[in-house]
Amino acid sequence: MLSLYVPGDSVVHRARAGLKLAVLAALGIGLFLVESPAAMAGALALVVVVGVTAARLPWRALAVQVRPVWLWLALLFGFHLLATDLRTGSVAVLRLLALLVAAAVVTATTRVTALVAVIEWLAAPLRVFGVRPARIGLVLAMTLRFIPLVAEKAARIREAQAARGADRIRLGMAVPLLIQVLRMATTVGEALDARGADDAPARRPRRTAAAS
Amino acid sequence: MKSRDLAYVALFAAIVAVLGLIPPVAVPGLPVPITAQTLGVMLAGSVLGAKRGGLALLVFLVLVAAGAPLLSGGRGGLSVFAGPTAGYLYSWPIAAFVIGLLTQLFWKRFNLAWALIANMIGGIVVIYAIGVPFTALYGDISLGASFTGSLTFIPGDLVKAVAASVVAVAVRRAYPVIELPGRRAAAS
Repeated sequence: MLSLYVPGDSVVHRARAGLKLAVLAALGIGLFLVESPAAMAGALALVVVVGVTAARLPWRALAVQVRPVWLWLALLFGFHLLATDLRTGSVAVLRLLALLVAAAVVTATTRVTALVAVIEWLAAPLRVFGVRPARIGLVLAMTLRFIPLVAEKAARIREAQAARGADRIRLGMAVPLLIQVLRMATTVGEALDARGADDAPARRPRRTAAAS
Repeated sequence: MKSRDLAYVALFAAIVAVLGLIPPVAVPGLPVPITAQTLGVMLAGSVLGAKRGGLALLVFLVLVAAGAPLLSGGRGGLSVFAGPTAGYLYSWPIAAFVIGLLTQLFWKRFNLAWALIANMIGGIVVIYAIGVPFTALYGDISLGASFTGSLTFIPGDLVKAVAASVVAVAVRRAYPVIELPGRRAAAS
Protein backbone atom coordinates (compact mmCIF):
# COMPACT_ATOMS: atom_id res chain seq x y z
CA MET A 1 0.00 0.00 0.00
CA LEU A 2 2.33 2.70 1.28
CA SER A 3 5.78 2.21 -0.13
CA LEU A 4 8.59 3.71 -2.15
CA TYR A 5 9.72 0.20 -3.12
CA VAL A 6 10.24 -0.47 -6.84
CA PRO A 7 9.82 -4.20 -7.57
CA GLY A 8 12.69 -5.94 -9.35
CA ASP A 9 15.08 -8.87 -9.17
CA SER A 10 18.46 -7.20 -9.75
CA VAL A 11 21.59 -7.96 -7.75
CA VAL A 12 20.87 -4.94 -5.58
CA HIS A 13 17.27 -6.04 -4.97
CA ARG A 14 18.43 -9.50 -3.95
CA ALA A 15 21.24 -8.30 -1.66
CA ARG A 16 20.46 -8.69 2.03
CA ALA A 17 18.72 -5.68 3.56
CA GLY A 18 21.15 -5.67 6.49
CA LEU A 19 24.12 -5.53 4.10
CA LYS A 20 22.63 -2.62 2.17
CA LEU A 21 22.02 -0.70 5.39
CA ALA A 22 25.58 -1.40 6.55
CA VAL A 23 27.02 -0.11 3.25
CA LEU A 24 24.84 2.98 3.51
CA ALA A 25 26.03 3.65 7.05
CA ALA A 26 29.67 3.19 6.02
CA LEU A 27 29.17 5.60 3.11
CA GLY A 28 27.62 8.14 5.45
CA ILE A 29 30.69 8.09 7.66
CA GLY A 30 33.23 7.73 4.84
CA LEU A 31 32.06 10.71 2.79
CA PHE A 32 32.55 13.03 5.74
CA LEU A 33 36.20 11.99 6.03
CA VAL A 34 37.02 13.17 2.51
CA GLU A 35 37.16 16.81 1.40
CA SER A 36 37.96 16.67 -2.31
CA PRO A 37 35.36 17.69 -4.93
CA ALA A 38 36.62 15.04 -7.37
CA ALA A 39 36.10 12.24 -4.84
CA MET A 40 32.59 13.53 -4.10
CA ALA A 41 31.72 13.67 -7.79
CA GLY A 42 33.10 10.13 -8.16
CA ALA A 43 31.01 8.89 -5.23
CA LEU A 44 27.88 10.52 -6.66
CA ALA A 45 28.54 9.01 -10.11
CA LEU A 46 29.10 5.61 -8.52
CA VAL A 47 25.83 5.56 -6.57
CA VAL A 48 23.89 6.80 -9.62
CA VAL A 49 25.46 4.05 -11.76
CA VAL A 50 24.64 1.45 -9.11
CA GLY A 51 21.06 2.70 -8.93
CA VAL A 52 20.39 2.99 -12.66
CA THR A 53 22.38 0.11 -14.14
CA ALA A 54 22.98 -2.44 -11.36
CA ALA A 55 19.59 -2.01 -9.68
CA ARG A 56 17.87 -1.08 -12.99
CA LEU A 57 15.80 1.60 -11.28
CA PRO A 58 13.95 4.12 -13.44
CA TRP A 59 15.32 7.67 -13.10
CA ARG A 60 11.94 8.71 -11.78
CA ALA A 61 12.21 6.44 -8.73
CA LEU A 62 15.39 8.24 -7.69
CA ALA A 63 14.14 11.70 -8.63
CA VAL A 64 11.00 11.30 -6.49
CA GLN A 65 13.11 10.87 -3.38
CA VAL A 66 15.68 13.56 -4.14
CA ARG A 67 13.30 16.21 -5.48
CA PRO A 68 12.12 17.57 -2.10
CA VAL A 69 15.61 18.87 -1.27
CA TRP A 70 16.60 20.41 -4.64
CA LEU A 71 15.75 23.90 -3.49
CA TRP A 72 17.63 23.45 -0.24
CA LEU A 73 20.72 22.21 -2.09
CA ALA A 74 20.57 25.18 -4.44
CA LEU A 75 20.30 27.59 -1.50
CA LEU A 76 23.17 25.85 0.26
CA PHE A 77 25.34 26.18 -2.83
CA GLY A 78 24.46 29.84 -3.18
CA PHE A 79 25.25 30.43 0.48
CA HIS A 80 28.67 28.82 0.10
CA LEU A 81 29.47 30.90 -2.99
CA LEU A 82 28.84 34.01 -0.89
CA ALA A 83 30.29 32.90 2.44
CA THR A 84 33.10 30.47 1.63
CA ASP A 85 34.25 29.39 -1.83
CA LEU A 86 33.31 27.25 -4.80
CA ARG A 87 35.34 24.27 -3.63
CA THR A 88 33.75 23.99 -0.15
CA GLY A 89 30.32 24.56 -1.65
CA SER A 90 30.63 21.87 -4.29
CA VAL A 91 32.00 19.35 -1.76
CA ALA A 92 29.05 20.01 0.58
CA VAL A 93 26.42 19.79 -2.17
CA LEU A 94 27.92 16.75 -3.93
CA ARG A 95 28.31 14.92 -0.62
CA LEU A 96 24.67 15.45 0.28
CA LEU A 97 23.51 14.43 -3.19
CA ALA A 98 25.59 11.24 -3.10
CA LEU A 99 24.16 10.29 0.30
CA LEU A 100 20.61 11.10 -0.74
CA VAL A 101 20.85 9.03 -3.93
CA ALA A 102 22.46 6.13 -2.06
CA ALA A 103 19.66 6.16 0.52
CA ALA A 104 17.08 6.41 -2.27
CA VAL A 105 18.61 3.33 -3.96
CA VAL A 106 18.41 1.30 -0.75
CA THR A 107 14.82 2.39 -0.11
CA ALA A 108 13.71 1.65 -3.69
CA THR A 109 15.28 -1.83 -3.75
CA THR A 110 14.32 -3.08 -0.29
CA ARG A 111 10.87 -4.14 0.86
CA VAL A 112 9.39 -2.54 3.97
CA THR A 113 9.05 -6.02 5.51
CA ALA A 114 12.75 -6.76 4.95
CA LEU A 115 13.74 -3.52 6.64
CA VAL A 116 11.37 -4.24 9.53
CA ALA A 117 13.06 -7.64 9.87
CA VAL A 118 16.44 -5.91 10.11
CA ILE A 119 15.01 -3.63 12.77
CA GLU A 120 13.77 -6.64 14.74
CA TRP A 121 17.22 -8.19 14.40
CA LEU A 122 18.93 -4.99 15.52
CA ALA A 123 16.55 -4.84 18.48
CA ALA A 124 17.52 -8.32 19.66
CA PRO A 125 20.18 -7.05 22.12
CA LEU A 126 17.46 -4.95 23.76
CA ARG A 127 16.08 -8.21 25.20
CA VAL A 128 18.38 -7.47 28.12
CA PHE A 129 16.15 -4.51 28.95
CA GLY A 130 12.99 -6.57 28.60
CA VAL A 131 12.16 -5.52 25.04
CA ARG A 132 10.77 -8.32 22.92
CA PRO A 133 11.59 -7.88 19.21
CA ALA A 134 8.33 -9.58 18.17
CA ARG A 135 6.37 -6.85 19.99
CA ILE A 136 8.13 -4.27 17.83
CA GLY A 137 6.79 -6.00 14.71
CA LEU A 138 3.33 -5.97 16.32
CA VAL A 139 3.45 -2.21 16.96
CA LEU A 140 4.60 -1.49 13.39
CA ALA A 141 1.82 -3.65 11.94
CA MET A 142 -0.78 -2.00 14.20
CA THR A 143 0.39 1.46 13.11
CA LEU A 144 -0.01 0.64 9.42
CA ARG A 145 -3.52 -0.65 10.20
CA PHE A 146 -4.46 2.42 12.27
CA ILE A 147 -3.46 4.97 9.62
CA PRO A 148 -6.47 4.40 7.31
CA LEU A 149 -8.77 3.99 10.34
CA VAL A 150 -7.78 7.34 11.83
CA ALA A 151 -8.06 9.05 8.43
CA GLU A 152 -11.53 7.62 7.95
CA LYS A 153 -12.75 8.66 11.40
CA ALA A 154 -11.36 12.15 10.84
CA ALA A 155 -13.27 12.42 7.56
CA ARG A 156 -16.49 11.27 9.25
CA ILE A 157 -16.23 13.78 12.10
CA ARG A 158 -15.50 16.56 9.63
CA GLU A 159 -18.66 15.63 7.68
CA ALA A 160 -20.73 15.50 10.85
CA GLN A 161 -19.57 18.94 11.91
CA ALA A 162 -20.08 20.37 8.42
CA ALA A 163 -23.64 18.99 8.45
CA ARG A 164 -24.29 20.95 11.64
CA GLY A 165 -23.06 24.09 9.95
CA ALA A 166 -19.56 24.23 11.39
CA ASP A 167 -17.61 25.72 8.55
CA ARG A 168 -13.94 25.17 9.29
CA ILE A 169 -13.25 24.55 12.95
CA ARG A 170 -10.34 22.18 12.79
CA LEU A 171 -9.48 22.34 16.49
CA GLY A 172 -13.06 21.53 17.45
CA MET A 173 -12.92 18.22 15.68
CA ALA A 174 -9.64 17.15 17.23
CA VAL A 175 -11.02 16.40 20.69
CA PRO A 176 -13.91 14.07 19.72
CA LEU A 177 -11.63 12.41 17.19
CA LEU A 178 -8.88 11.76 19.73
CA ILE A 179 -11.34 10.37 22.26
CA GLN A 180 -12.87 8.06 19.65
CA VAL A 181 -9.54 6.67 18.51
CA LEU A 182 -8.22 6.36 22.08
CA ARG A 183 -11.29 4.24 22.90
CA MET A 184 -10.62 2.16 19.81
CA ALA A 185 -6.96 1.63 20.80
CA THR A 186 -8.00 0.62 24.32
CA THR A 187 -10.34 -1.99 22.85
CA VAL A 188 -7.66 -3.29 20.49
CA GLY A 189 -5.17 -3.56 23.35
CA GLU A 190 -7.64 -5.43 25.54
CA ALA A 191 -8.54 -7.75 22.66
CA LEU A 192 -4.85 -8.54 22.15
CA ASP A 193 -4.42 -9.32 25.84
CA ALA A 194 -7.52 -11.51 25.79
CA ARG A 195 -5.95 -13.53 22.96
CA GLY A 196 -2.80 -14.10 24.97
CA ALA A 197 -0.60 -11.42 23.41
CA ASP A 198 0.14 -9.66 26.68
CA ASP A 199 3.46 -9.25 28.35
CA ALA A 200 3.04 -11.51 31.34
CA PRO A 201 5.48 -14.39 30.81
CA ALA A 202 3.71 -16.54 33.39
CA ARG A 203 0.72 -17.16 31.15
CA ARG A 204 2.56 -19.54 28.87
CA PRO A 205 5.80 -21.42 29.22
CA ARG A 206 8.43 -19.41 27.42
CA ARG A 207 9.42 -20.76 24.05
CA THR A 208 13.04 -21.76 23.70
CA ALA A 209 15.30 -19.72 21.45
CA ALA A 210 15.53 -22.64 19.01
CA ALA A 211 11.79 -22.53 18.34
CA SER A 212 11.98 -19.07 16.82
CA MET B 1 4.37 -2.71 28.47
CA LYS B 2 0.80 -3.93 28.17
CA SER B 3 -0.76 -4.52 24.79
CA ARG B 4 -2.95 -1.50 25.50
CA ASP B 5 0.15 0.67 25.77
CA LEU B 6 1.44 -0.76 22.49
CA ALA B 7 -1.90 0.10 20.90
CA TYR B 8 -1.63 3.71 22.15
CA VAL B 9 1.91 3.93 20.80
CA ALA B 10 0.75 2.62 17.41
CA LEU B 11 -2.25 4.96 17.48
CA PHE B 12 -0.19 8.11 17.93
CA ALA B 13 2.34 6.99 15.34
CA ALA B 14 -0.65 6.66 13.00
CA ILE B 15 -1.99 10.07 14.05
CA VAL B 16 1.32 11.73 13.17
CA ALA B 17 1.15 9.97 9.80
CA VAL B 18 -2.42 11.14 9.15
CA LEU B 19 -1.48 14.71 10.11
CA GLY B 20 1.08 14.48 7.31
CA LEU B 21 -1.79 14.06 4.84
CA ILE B 22 -3.27 17.45 5.77
CA PRO B 23 -2.11 19.99 3.21
CA PRO B 24 -0.07 22.85 4.73
CA VAL B 25 -2.32 25.65 6.01
CA ALA B 26 -1.48 29.19 4.96
CA VAL B 27 -2.15 31.60 7.84
CA PRO B 28 -2.51 35.29 6.99
CA GLY B 29 0.46 37.22 8.31
CA LEU B 30 2.77 34.21 8.57
CA PRO B 31 5.52 33.87 5.98
CA VAL B 32 5.52 30.06 5.92
CA PRO B 33 2.56 27.68 5.75
CA ILE B 34 2.02 25.49 8.81
CA THR B 35 2.38 21.74 8.41
CA ALA B 36 0.57 19.71 10.98
CA GLN B 37 3.02 16.95 11.85
CA THR B 38 4.73 18.55 14.83
CA LEU B 39 1.24 19.01 16.25
CA GLY B 40 1.23 15.21 16.44
CA VAL B 41 4.57 15.27 18.27
CA MET B 42 3.11 17.63 20.88
CA LEU B 43 -0.13 15.63 21.22
CA ALA B 44 1.74 12.32 21.60
CA GLY B 45 3.76 13.71 24.49
CA SER B 46 0.96 15.53 26.25
CA VAL B 47 -1.63 12.75 25.89
CA LEU B 48 0.48 9.61 26.33
CA GLY B 49 3.25 10.80 28.63
CA ALA B 50 7.02 10.50 28.26
CA LYS B 51 7.67 6.84 27.54
CA ARG B 52 4.75 6.01 25.28
CA GLY B 53 4.86 9.39 23.55
CA GLY B 54 8.55 9.07 22.72
CA LEU B 55 8.06 5.50 21.52
CA ALA B 56 5.18 6.57 19.26
CA LEU B 57 7.46 8.97 17.42
CA LEU B 58 10.22 6.37 17.29
CA VAL B 59 7.80 3.92 15.67
CA PHE B 60 6.73 6.61 13.22
CA LEU B 61 10.33 7.31 12.21
CA VAL B 62 11.08 3.58 11.87
CA LEU B 63 8.21 3.24 9.40
CA VAL B 64 9.40 6.31 7.49
CA ALA B 65 12.91 4.86 7.34
CA ALA B 66 11.51 1.54 6.15
CA GLY B 67 10.14 3.31 3.09
CA ALA B 68 6.61 4.37 4.00
CA PRO B 69 6.03 7.87 2.55
CA LEU B 70 4.45 9.22 5.72
CA LEU B 71 6.11 12.61 6.05
CA SER B 72 4.11 15.59 4.83
CA GLY B 73 4.33 15.85 1.07
CA GLY B 74 4.60 12.07 0.76
CA ARG B 75 8.28 11.96 1.63
CA GLY B 76 9.86 8.91 3.20
CA GLY B 77 12.64 6.40 2.89
CA LEU B 78 16.15 6.49 4.17
CA SER B 79 17.08 9.56 2.13
CA VAL B 80 15.13 11.89 4.42
CA PHE B 81 17.39 10.76 7.28
CA ALA B 82 20.42 11.75 5.25
CA GLY B 83 18.85 15.07 4.29
CA PRO B 84 19.82 18.51 5.55
CA THR B 85 16.83 18.87 7.87
CA ALA B 86 17.03 15.34 9.28
CA GLY B 87 17.98 16.75 12.69
CA TYR B 88 14.41 17.97 13.13
CA LEU B 89 13.18 14.41 12.50
CA TYR B 90 15.63 12.95 15.00
CA SER B 91 14.43 15.49 17.54
CA TRP B 92 10.78 14.37 17.39
CA PRO B 93 10.96 11.33 19.71
CA ILE B 94 13.06 13.33 22.17
CA ALA B 95 10.65 16.25 21.98
CA ALA B 96 7.64 13.99 22.61
CA PHE B 97 9.51 12.40 25.53
CA VAL B 98 10.33 15.78 27.09
CA ILE B 99 6.76 17.04 26.62
CA GLY B 100 5.48 13.85 28.24
CA LEU B 101 7.89 14.17 31.13
CA LEU B 102 6.83 17.76 31.82
CA THR B 103 3.15 16.84 31.42
CA GLN B 104 3.52 14.06 33.99
CA LEU B 105 5.30 16.47 36.28
CA PHE B 106 2.44 18.98 36.01
CA TRP B 107 -0.30 16.35 35.85
CA LYS B 108 -2.00 17.07 39.19
CA ARG B 109 -2.45 20.77 38.44
CA PHE B 110 -2.46 20.45 34.64
CA ASN B 111 -4.23 23.33 32.89
CA LEU B 112 -3.78 25.39 29.75
CA ALA B 113 -0.82 27.32 31.16
CA TRP B 114 1.13 24.22 32.23
CA ALA B 115 0.29 22.50 28.95
CA LEU B 116 1.66 25.49 27.07
CA ILE B 117 4.87 25.45 29.08
CA ALA B 118 5.36 21.73 28.39
CA ASN B 119 4.62 22.07 24.68
CA MET B 120 6.78 25.13 24.18
CA ILE B 121 9.80 23.66 25.97
CA GLY B 122 9.51 20.20 24.44
CA GLY B 123 7.87 21.02 21.13
CA ILE B 124 9.81 24.13 20.21
CA VAL B 125 12.98 24.56 22.31
CA VAL B 126 14.04 20.90 22.12
CA ILE B 127 13.28 20.57 18.40
CA TYR B 128 15.25 23.68 17.47
CA ALA B 129 18.08 22.82 19.86
CA ILE B 130 18.64 19.64 17.86
CA GLY B 131 17.55 20.65 14.36
CA VAL B 132 19.45 23.93 14.07
CA PRO B 133 22.96 22.62 14.90
CA PHE B 134 22.33 19.52 12.77
CA THR B 135 21.57 21.62 9.69
CA ALA B 136 24.58 23.83 10.42
CA LEU B 137 26.96 20.88 10.70
CA TYR B 138 25.47 19.14 7.71
CA GLY B 139 25.58 22.01 5.27
CA ASP B 140 28.82 23.47 6.61
CA ILE B 141 27.11 26.76 7.44
CA SER B 142 27.26 28.80 10.63
CA LEU B 143 24.89 28.23 13.56
CA GLY B 144 23.56 31.75 13.18
CA ALA B 145 22.69 31.29 9.51
CA SER B 146 20.99 27.99 10.25
CA PHE B 147 19.00 29.57 13.07
CA THR B 148 17.95 32.56 10.97
CA GLY B 149 16.74 30.17 8.28
CA SER B 150 14.51 28.37 10.77
CA LEU B 151 13.06 31.51 12.39
CA THR B 152 10.25 31.70 9.84
CA PHE B 153 8.75 28.52 11.31
CA ILE B 154 8.53 29.82 14.88
CA PRO B 155 5.16 31.64 14.54
CA GLY B 156 3.60 28.47 13.13
CA ASP B 157 5.09 26.42 15.94
CA LEU B 158 3.60 28.78 18.53
CA VAL B 159 0.16 28.37 16.92
CA LYS B 160 0.60 24.59 17.09
CA ALA B 161 1.72 24.68 20.74
CA VAL B 162 -1.46 26.59 21.65
CA ALA B 163 -3.63 24.18 19.64
CA ALA B 164 -1.97 21.10 21.15
CA SER B 165 -2.35 22.52 24.66
CA VAL B 166 -6.06 23.28 24.26
CA VAL B 167 -6.66 19.76 22.92
CA ALA B 168 -4.48 18.11 25.59
CA VAL B 169 -6.38 19.81 28.42
CA ALA B 170 -9.74 18.77 26.91
CA VAL B 171 -8.60 15.17 26.38
CA ARG B 172 -7.30 14.98 29.95
CA ARG B 173 -10.72 15.95 31.21
CA ALA B 174 -12.61 13.46 29.01
CA TYR B 175 -10.28 10.49 28.59
CA PRO B 176 -7.10 10.71 30.68
CA VAL B 177 -4.60 8.15 29.42
CA ILE B 178 -1.72 9.06 31.69
CA GLU B 179 -3.70 8.27 34.83
CA LEU B 180 -5.88 5.52 33.43
CA PRO B 181 -6.52 3.16 36.36
CA GLY B 182 -3.98 0.33 36.06
CA ARG B 183 -6.26 -2.59 36.70
CA ARG B 184 -3.98 -5.05 34.96
CA ALA B 185 -0.85 -3.56 36.44
CA ALA B 186 -2.35 -4.09 39.89
CA ALA B 187 -3.46 -7.64 39.06
CA SER B 188 -0.08 -8.82 37.87
